[in-house]
Amino acid sequence: MNIFEKFLYIDRRWIFILVALAVAVPLVFPLGLAVTTSPPVENVYNEIESLKPGTPVLISVDYDPATQPELGPMTIALLRHCIARKLPVIVTVLVPGGPGLAVDITSKVAEEMGAQRDVDYTLLGYKVGVSAVILSLGQDFRISYPRDYYNTPLDEIPLMKNVKNYNDVGLVVSISGTVIPEYWVAYAHERYGQKVAAGVTAVMAADFYPYLQTGQLVGLVGGLKGAAEYEKLIDRPADGLKGMDAQTIVHLLIVVFIILGNVAYIFMRRAKKRSEASAR
Amino acid sequence: MHLSTDIFIWIAALLTLCIYSFLYKDNPFYKFAEHLLVGVSAGYLFVIYFWNNMWPNLLIPLRDGFGILLTEGRFTGNLAALVPGTLGLLLLTRLIPKIGWISRWAFGFYFGAFQGIVITGYMQAFILAQVYGTFMKGGNPVFSLVLMGDFFTRPAWGPFVLAVSGPLMIAGVVCTLTYFFFSTEHRGFAGGVAKVGIVFLMIGFGASFGYTVMARVSLLIGRLQFLIRDWLGLIS
Amino acid sequence: MRRELPLAICFIMGVIMTVQFFIPHRYSQWLFENMLRWLIIVFTFALILGILSLIKLHIQKVQYRRRDWLYSIVALTGLGLSLVTGFMKGPESISEGQPFMTLYNYVQIPMQATMFSLLAFYIASAAFRTFRARTLEATLLLIAAVVVMLGRVSFAAIFKDLSLGFSTWVESWLPGFAEWVLDYPNMAAKRGIMIGIGLGAISTALKIILGIERSWLGGGD
Repeated sequence: MNIFEKFLYIDRRWIFILVALAVAVPLVFPLGLAVTTSPPVENVYNEIESLKPGTPVLISVDYDPATQPELGPMTIALLRHCIARKLPVIVTVLVPGGPGLAVDITSKVAEEMGAQRDVDYTLLGYKVGVSAVILSLGQDFRISYPRDYYNTPLDEIPLMKNVKNYNDVGLVVSISGTVIPEYWVAYAHERYGQKVAAGVTAVMAADFYPYLQTGQLVGLVGGLKGAAEYEKLIDRPADGLKGMDAQTIVHLLIVVFIILGNVAYIFMRRAKKRSEASAR
Repeated sequence: MHLSTDIFIWIAALLTLCIYSFLYKDNPFYKFAEHLLVGVSAGYLFVIYFWNNMWPNLLIPLRDGFGILLTEGRFTGNLAALVPGTLGLLLLTRLIPKIGWISRWAFGFYFGAFQGIVITGYMQAFILAQVYGTFMKGGNPVFSLVLMGDFFTRPAWGPFVLAVSGPLMIAGVVCTLTYFFFSTEHRGFAGGVAKVGIVFLMIGFGASFGYTVMARVSLLIGRLQFLIRDWLGLIS
Repeated sequence: MRRELPLAICFIMGVIMTVQFFIPHRYSQWLFENMLRWLIIVFTFALILGILSLIKLHIQKVQYRRRDWLYSIVALTGLGLSLVTGFMKGPESISEGQPFMTLYNYVQIPMQATMFSLLAFYIASAAFRTFRARTLEATLLLIAAVVVMLGRVSFAAIFKDLSLGFSTWVESWLPGFAEWVLDYPNMAAKRGIMIGIGLGAISTALKIILGIERSWLGGGD
């Protein structure tokens, strides 16, 4: 084994330590790197800005704890934006692991902004059967949601009194680490003409660009970076922006890994060829 | 440094560390945490299915329906919930091998209905709208002679990119589809087109990989923020 | 009876749900709304079936003292805790501040989120060990990945902070180029894949409705 091979097959736990440090150090000692916003995120922001106060916005918490660190910050930023603009927020959940997150986020943001449950926002809770639920909301919210998360009949919730179906909702934002926003596009947008935006994990972000180009999605907030951009747009720095230094440094580290790995690989092959030639 | 005094934060932090211990190697702490997670989340899901679905959508309508039937002697729409309720119970027969076949009736009901919903939704969103979007954007053709004209009257980098991007995208979609749909050996003209398709696919996969790195790192940032801020109190 | 009837039910339901899409009549709407209402309930049972199967698996592991059965006791204890806290106060058990939510916030969330964050370490190690520019295709993949990785974060800002001469160039060019890669070549590939998946899903749906695809029936006669 030559020196390059040794370098390439180094114990991966050394790499793990470097990655952990690249995240931890910028969190403790922030660099304050500037964040630039991108059109897909700006479009979501502008769409919410364009809604008249009093127009309900439906935010669907379609993710569970596995992707919470990535999607939680954007959910908080969107909620803050809507509540600040006096847009009542209807929160639905289409993945079973999500309602607890929705409870936590709505109650914290409401407390911080002095918003009242069932007036400024309402939590409808989780329903099984993604496409059936999305379709049912186009007919009448009461088909799938006869009661909200807290077991209150929908007709007794002031915010929901004038909301029958998508006709009464200004925008749907589905936040998810799955393909659920595609179902919102397929059933809420295509069938009922509802405007839909998505907040997705970075893993999924590249897959959603075709919907942006067709206008099936009005905008897209992708990953923690998307959350950071949104926080910048509403001028409320939080976990998204705080995490961006670490994100940048780790990306840089991984690019360095790729370059070093390739360089070592090229040298290793050369050295091997040379030793093979000399053996012959 | 203000170490947390909240017992629950400590529990969460220790469980987090149990999971991270897997990075060193598989060990009993990791296995303990992993199994605890499986149990707690299965219980969580069951409770949520019950209180968010069974209770409001099935049990309350049945309670009200039977209540009216018994007190006033008339049938109401609420009792229609008996149909899906029965189908649901039939599904559960799958747990008993001898009568498991009964569950197929209920599976037939929901598979059939679900697939019926899928066909029209997918046709509109994933095929018609995407094919339309490949050639038209906001009522204007993607293959735009106007943008090309702009470039020839004002030859510069910006107008050039604008003029070629649309046709490039059309070519990309056609080539990618050719790669997928020519199941015969990729030879000749179709072979060449399919090869270009691979080029686009690789760029697409590369973009996804870049974004995947971003996603995984974000999750790590979230967890370390918890450990450093909420548990160790090193940052505010 | 054991195979034909379910296939017939599947066929009838599939045809009804497909055809009603094209009929805006109010009876059609009534049928549609009720079907949605019912589907949600039947779906719930299907998911509960999944959980019951998992519980059965762990109980059997303990019962027959299979490998790692002690850990199955841990899983069953966790399950018991969730169930007891989730039902002890009726529907109110799932409100904020209740023990059920404490269990979720401090046990389930930290572990599930941490589990997925482990991948950050493995992806970094894979980038070092296996991400090679061996062929033209692999090189393109690598370049696109690097462009997105650096273009979508504050990479350019580092140059600015270090006052390097070409900072403005990187700052204006890189994020724009990353967005272009995502908007055009990436989008074209993803759209090709999407149309392919859409056609595949529709043909599978038709096969299920028409009884050609029958794997959902399971084994036995």
